[in-house]
Amino acid sequence: MVNLGGIRKEVSIELVPEAQVGDYVIVHVGHAIGMIDPDEAERTLALFGEMSAAMAAAESAS
Amino acid sequence: MKYIDEFRDGEVARRIADRLAIEARGDRPYSFMEFCGGHTHAISRYGVSELLPANVRMIHGPGCPVCVLPIGRVDMAIKLALEHDVIVCTYGDTMRVPASDSLSLTKAKARGGDIRMVYSAADALTVARDNPTRQVVFFAIGFETTTPPTALAILRAQREGLKNFSVLCCHVLTPSAITHILESPEVRQYGTVPIDGFIGPAHVSIVIGAAPYEHFAEEYRKPVVIAGFEPLDVMQAILMLVRQVNDGRAHVENEFTRAVDRDGNLAAQQKVSEVFELRPSFEWRGLGEVPYSALKIRPAFAEFDAERRFDVGYKPVADNKACECGAILRGVKKPTDCKIFGTVCTPENPIGSCMVSSEGACAAHYAYGRFRSV
Repeated sequence: MVNLGGIRKEVSIELVPEAQVGDYVIVHVGHAIGMIDPDEAERTLALFGEMSAAMAAAESAS
Repeated sequence: MKYIDEFRDGEVARRIADRLAIEARGDRPYSFMEFCGGHTHAISRYGVSELLPANVRMIHGPGCPVCVLPIGRVDMAIKLALEHDVIVCTYGDTMRVPASDSLSLTKAKARGGDIRMVYSAADALTVARDNPTRQVVFFAIGFETTTPPTALAILRAQREGLKNFSVLCCHVLTPSAITHILESPEVRQYGTVPIDGFIGPAHVSIVIGAAPYEHFAEEYRKPVVIAGFEPLDVMQAILMLVRQVNDGRAHVENEFTRAVDRDGNLAAQQKVSEVFELRPSFEWRGLGEVPYSALKIRPAFAEFDAERRFDVGYKPVADNKACECGAILRGVKKPTDCKIFGTVCTPENPIGSCMVSSEGACAAHYAYGRFRSV
């Protein structure tokens, strides 16, 4: 059972047998095909964030 | 929704755009192909093109499953429904793809064909269980993302001993299509389609991993950056491509590390190779016959292969003459280069396949971009 922004929907996890209750999965045509790695997601967001911070710093310096 | 909203932040997008404007050199153009229809849709929907410097151009690729489905394949499904009294189940987008004789699956349904839209291959199995006296065919289309669920359906049908379920397999492969584009005369000889790098698909790469793209980076010296489907993912990937081009590098980089690793989903790959094998050749709309670019059902599962069970041979059919889908799918033309774009051909009345799915270049431009240039 997955929760898609409030909508509850039953999907198959046969392709991601390691998925546990509480995990975030990527759903495609009714099947979970992969999992979200929360640490990597944070790292990518931090990458965007660093760029924002660096730009802001550059702007205030100029 | 978590892991979605953060990747759509407009303020951060503008920051990345500023960075791009600084790092993209003014003395050269950059052309990148987003292979996947999901990216085409995101680029149009979120106005990513408008955030790019004028000399950075995105070329839409052929990675829209509905768009590359040739007329002859849809004809086979229609024939099954109208002449063989089969219940045909398929994904929603497939229903409206134009076929021969001004038909589509939707119109064939109006003529009395028992054609049903399903959300997943598993739903087609349910239809078969509920209708034991009827033959049920799942018209299976799509790239590496929809293939594992089809494999699961066939394996389950075998386990349950279902005698009335089979699959019309039209699954196609991303890497062979990229090779085909890189080998095309437009790219290799004429340079009419300049490609400096690729944005690698999001969901396809979850399944196949990053490794299959290494060949393109090495052999063709084209950088590949795998990106998620959210607008910030796409912006960041374009920035990473610009940096590779500037440095003269051609590597596979992964922006979508939260879901993609080098090896992909091994459980899914195992199911696919158990059920499917390579087809020596398959016709794509726009690309023509592409060698080893699609899958067929292995002989061990022959009873679940609709092409073996029913007498419906494949006959190639030419596209509508006025339609430019073929050239658009190869990146040679833009939707607005087509005479019938937005006039005769609209999402309500699609003449070509690119106007059908929201992932199609024409439908995406019609929905989000057609008034921008006015």
